[in-house]
Amino acid sequence: MTNGKGEIGIFNRIRQGFSRTRQSIVSKVESLIKSSRSLDEEFFEELEEILIGSDMGVMTTQELIRNLRQQVKENRMSKPDEVREVLKNHISSIMAQISEPLRFADKGTTVFLVVGVNGVGKTTTIAKLAHRFKSQGKEVLLAAADTFRAAAIEQLQIWADRVGVDLIKHHAGADPAAVVFDALKAAQARGIDVLIIDTAGRLHTKTNLMQEIAKVRRVIEREIADGPHEVLLVLDATTGQNAVSQARTFKDSTGVSGIVLTKLDGTAKGGIVVALARELKIPVKLLGVGESLQDLEDFNSEDFAAALFAD
Amino acid sequence: MVFEGLAARLQETFRRLKGKGKLTEEDVNEAMREVRLALLEADTNFKVVKDFISRVKERAVGQEVMNSLTPGQHVVKVVYEELTELMGGNQTKITLSSKPPTIIMVLGLQGSGKTTTCAKIAKYYVSQGRRPFLVAADVYRPAAIKQLQVLGEQIDVPVFTMGQENPVNIVRGAREFAQSNNRDIMIIDTAGRLHINQELMQELKAIRDAVNPHEMLLVVDAMTGQDAVNVAQAFHQEIGLTGVVLTKLDSDTRGGAALSVKAVTGCPIKFTGTGEKLDALEPFYPDRMASRILGMGDVLTLVEKAQASFNEQQARELERKIRQQEFTLSDFLEQLQQVKSMGPLDQLLGMIPGLNKQLKGMKPEFDEKEIAKVEAIIRSMTPQERNDPSILNGSRKKRIARGSGTRVQDVNRLLKQFEESRRMMKQITDLSAKKGTPGRFKLPF
Repeated sequence: MTNGKGEIGIFNRIRQGFSRTRQSIVSKVESLIKSSRSLDEEFFEELEEILIGSDMGVMTTQELIRNLRQQVKENRMSKPDEVREVLKNHISSIMAQISEPLRFADKGTTVFLVVGVNGVGKTTTIAKLAHRFKSQGKEVLLAAADTFRAAAIEQLQIWADRVGVDLIKHHAGADPAAVVFDALKAAQARGIDVLIIDTAGRLHTKTNLMQEIAKVRRVIEREIADGPHEVLLVLDATTGQNAVSQARTFKDSTGVSGIVLTKLDGTAKGGIVVALARELKIPVKLLGVGESLQDLEDFNSEDFAAALFAD
Repeated sequence: MVFEGLAARLQETFRRLKGKGKLTEEDVNEAMREVRLALLEADTNFKVVKDFISRVKERAVGQEVMNSLTPGQHVVKVVYEELTELMGGNQTKITLSSKPPTIIMVLGLQGSGKTTTCAKIAKYYVSQGRRPFLVAADVYRPAAIKQLQVLGEQIDVPVFTMGQENPVNIVRGAREFAQSNNRDIMIIDTAGRLHINQELMQELKAIRDAVNPHEMLLVVDAMTGQDAVNVAQAFHQEIGLTGVVLTKLDSDTRGGAALSVKAVTGCPIKFTGTGEKLDALEPFYPDRMASRILGMGDVLTLVEKAQASFNEQQARELERKIRQQEFTLSDFLEQLQQVKSMGPLDQLLGMIPGLNKQLKGMKPEFDEKEIAKVEAIIRSMTPQERNDPSILNGSRKKRIARGSGTRVQDVNRLLKQFEESRRMMKQITDLSAKKGTPGRFKLPF
């Protein structure tokens, strides 16, 4: 990380964030390649396990494997070594289709709505975002629309103080839409650049709570012409196939525009990103790679694929 | 989910496989392919799946196939039993120490639901007439202590805090607090941590060694993917777990993590979290979990139970009644009781061959309470009323509402629902008949 040269630095940090994914996938693929002499059924079966083991899911894995088999046939590949390039290219192409930077308002206040199930790291992600924008010289305001969970407002207040930004809050149990309304008014009155809204964690299976958050979105749409500029779904990288269900439901009710993948500093392999890209085409925009305020990276599909397969 | 459900897929696979007798290796292999996918799609760890499949294969080959089942269904039955067995093996409750306080330490990754779980466990013991208290040993996450205090207040249980003090000192202090305040269960909320964070894992050990907890419960998010094994294994090796709490089961996750965690640690799942309310803590039911992981409802138990409780003759009689619109509230009541003993209605409908897709859009939302209400209403009717609801006038309805402890609106709603379901059943029978399904439409039983 001492490498200060912009591009390479970012590349390295993403690589670091994904190093476990990379290590586990790469080392397994490598060892598999080394141990296999020919592309037999056993080889494909083991490859399938490796991909599934990274949480890519059965459907995505099968597609990758199908594609691989086809390439093997068409190009008459016989060496397991060649397989790696094919896999890398395919994963990269799936990810590339959806790569997209964060969207900001042309003028006036940019509004980010942050949503997700319980315990994925919404509040921490918001603190990191606030820190990033503030250090870019932007005026940042936070809104505590998680009025449900015990001490959620206090938690966000502590982060706001640490980062040094203001927080609009009501009391616990208040109507989240009302908090958001006030925050939007305050943001416009104060000439705020970026307003980031924290919402209560909710399981996507709770219909009433999903309606509640759909209402929050409508309030924003009404008050800010082209808002919200981003609806960020925070996803825990350790989540398995249920992430697809989460993303789908949140997309339906809040129009999720991007995904923040958190907790990549564990041993979770993050392969679910590929499944999400393939099935829902929601771009992954940010990665949470640690607990400190700086541990937030932009997502870049090529870097991701490269990091995944770099030696 | 794109995944169509194991039951449906197996039906495809085994349409051509008839024949009874013993399960051949071929039968088993075919079925296992589907079972494997179902387990993987449910996020069961792939290594766990591999072991499991090979064990079941061994057991299944050569078994007699039950008369009522196809070979494929029979394999799944074996799988289901094994799965249930595996997750339910040596099920243990939390044993309270004869020398109080019983110390329960709750640990896990960030965001798995530790703090809420602590409060739920405390509430559980309060309702058992115990005197638990909570210990705030998460000194890292902002406002974690405050969160525990708020929850403690809600359930009227004291929360022991020492601010951002060293957790080891906190738990020592807490044990003294327990003794001087006559509290018999001490529940420690620890900070969420990554299993690869050496420093924080050391801290856990220090906390453990300071008070020697009776229980070390790992909280696992039921939505966890393949990584669940790494996490559980690391915590188990480093700290030594006595049990697992599986949270967020109120989501639509299939919950393969349950099997993975059980397989790598051998620790029983002692509780499950099924909602945000503080009384949403339930014991773990291995059989429910098994069918959830397989994504097939209680297909086979349903088949068996249905066969036992509902004979062919009754089925034919019912079918005739539906066809001729003679289906009455008495039949409805009878059916409800059978349904209740078998499980959720949507799963029941899901297993009717060929009906699955037609019914996808119209899953009836029945909960247990609703069914109890309906039962009460029908039971408050006279036999005459049950057979001919059209005679129900205002005063009869009022009497029924009073008798069943419901409101006239409820009675009306039931009558409407009954009419609708009668129509729906008629449509379904007509539909299947038109399709020329061999043997005509058959109810699942």
